[in-house]
Amino acid sequence: MKALVKVTLKNGVLDPQGKAIHQALGSLGFDGIDQVRQGKLIEIDLNENDEAKAHAQVEKMCEKLLANMVIENYSIELEAS
Amino acid sequence: MKAAVIVFPGSNCDRDVAVSLKDAMGCDADMVWHGDAEIPKTDLIVLPGGFSYGDYLRCGAMAAQSPIMKDVVTKANSGVPVLGICNGFQLLTEAGLLPGAMLRNANLKYLCKDVHLRVERNDTIFSRHYTQGDVIKIPIAHHDGNFFADAKTLAQLEDRNLIAFRYCDSGGKITDEANPNGSANNIAGIYNENGTILGLMPHPERLADIQLGGVDGKTMFSSLVETLH
Repeated sequence: MKALVKVTLKNGVLDPQGKAIHQALGSLGFDGIDQVRQGKLIEIDLNENDEAKAHAQVEKMCEKLLANMVIENYSIELEAS
Repeated sequence: MKAAVIVFPGSNCDRDVAVSLKDAMGCDADMVWHGDAEIPKTDLIVLPGGFSYGDYLRCGAMAAQSPIMKDVVTKANSGVPVLGICNGFQLLTEAGLLPGAMLRNANLKYLCKDVHLRVERNDTIFSRHYTQGDVIKIPIAHHDGNFFADAKTLAQLEDRNLIAFRYCDSGGKITDEANPNGSANNIAGIYNENGTILGLMPHPERLADIQLGGVDGKTMFSSLVETLH
């Protein structure tokens, strides 16, 4: 299976890079943007075909390394590879 | 006194801090490779500045999983003093030895300059040769030094007097203008509950010799040596 892990900053955590993107979009004429938040997308190819097992495995990866739970949230999407 | 400096791939202040330690202790520090399983018997562990593992994923995130970190955590929890400078501070938060996390600098710039710090406490092994309220000048050199902690954690740090240094102006005032990176409450460094672990973004080893333009950082090493000898 393939896991797509999205790591984003928690609400309330300042995102200076998101702010800079927001400003840049504004200066390009893209109006009507309330907020921009940026994060990371991590693709993991797993040799596990059981969805529940794959999910549990990736969750552990997130908690241990991929996300810093002080400032970040994560979400996991699985798809057949 | 014995000190151990942990060397990660990408550390670049390991030798500088070893020179400062040698100057203060009169003997060489042990340089311990991150892939080792155990630190030789030591009175102080130093996690140096640099860009361990190229700062991939998050600053300090990879280094926190290095084999040697198990022993760092065990020794730190048993009371061996730990000093984390810059990348070392980021690493201490990633390893869970200090609370909070470091975000990208608020102005998005890599900052490399001297800053003023106010010494918040002088009753720890790291700070006894300073005077409380002293304004000292130490360089910073980082891209991700914007200290963040949630409101509850920040309140705990304040209530329990765990702030080591704050960014201030030359007169010691804690102002937004004197905050180079957007850190919460102008925090430049914090202690653990027992005052045995210190993490700070500024580099005391870079102003620890008169030939480098100042000795405000040297005071930290002389404080440590007097206590730990």
